[in-house]
Amino acid sequence: MAKVHRLMCAVLRFAAAGAAGAAAILMVTSRETTSFFGIEMEAKYSYTPSFIFFVVAYAVACAYSLLVLLVPDGSPLSRLALTADVVLGMVLTGAVAATGAISEVAKNGNSHAGWLPVCGQIQAYCNHVMGALIAGFVALSVHFLAVLYSLHVVMTYTTICPCH
Amino acid sequence: MDLEQGKKAVCRVMQLKDKLISLQSVLRVAALLATTAAAVVMGMNKQSYTAVVAIIGTRPVTQTFTTQFKDTPAFVYFVIANAIASGYNLAVLVTRRLLQPRAQSLAVHLLDMVILALLATGSATAASIAELGKNGNLHARWNPVCDKFGSFCNHGVIALVSSFVGVALMLALNLLSAAAKSPHSNVSGQ
Repeated sequence: MAKVHRLMCAVLRFAAAGAAGAAAILMVTSRETTSFFGIEMEAKYSYTPSFIFFVVAYAVACAYSLLVLLVPDGSPLSRLALTADVVLGMVLTGAVAATGAISEVAKNGNSHAGWLPVCGQIQAYCNHVMGALIAGFVALSVHFLAVLYSLHVVMTYTTICPCH
Repeated sequence: MDLEQGKKAVCRVMQLKDKLISLQSVLRVAALLATTAAAVVMGMNKQSYTAVVAIIGTRPVTQTFTTQFKDTPAFVYFVIANAIASGYNLAVLVTRRLLQPRAQSLAVHLLDMVILALLATGSATAASIAELGKNGNLHARWNPVCDKFGSFCNHGVIALVSSFVGVALMLALNLLSAAAKSPHSNVSGQ
């Protein structure tokens, strides 16, 4: 029984790592150069701090999901891994939210601040970032599935009682 | 001898669990205060200034520029998320004694996670827009607005910090609920 659970855990973690890696790679490879009334306009993920945060958060999530499979069950390290899981989930949520906010401003602009929408000029870049956002959402859901599953396994089959 | 020691260990663990549960109430009150403060400060965030835009003949023409939180969808979402979180915390504190303990603690734990995620997204969204307002973005030709609306930006930062504190408190609440749910728990109540 424990073996099936370990296998299921491993499958979910690999899926989470793959999805997170895909989201990070999608965001990193988004780049477009266009000329607008003679002015060269380049759009790159590194020009926006929120996008950099997105890439870093998902890269860390990918590496973490792979490393957490090496943690032995029931040791104090597994309790730390559980805490880190929840915290990482919150960080990923924040990354997706921040990227979404910047994308919304880029698409609709903000007339009160004098910010013009720029997605009309860099359509391919906007689509690429949208793809990265979708991948980010999927990676977030898979990460939470993996966390909930490992939590269920820990609750049912081992004890976290400190007196043992 | 072993039975005695085992009983003592369980007794100590249950005392620890009582302390954890009272700590949860303190954390929840603090989270309620933090999220309410964030929602109220951002909700009342408004600033206007008058500037001369043209001079016709000898008469200067002035225009009033106003900014409020409603102009930015991110800040609207921020206020709504913080309002929902503070309403939820208030509801949980008020109905703590009324509902059945066991079912309540599971429902509260699950809802806690949902509200934590909502709050985290609200804070992150508002933070990214605030960063954009302060630094602008050269490549998109978006100018920073905080030099013109200084007081608006300051109040926004206060609301943001308060909301992040609320997120940290709710995260601590979540972890405490998870720790208090270990299989040896016989303690009733939240």
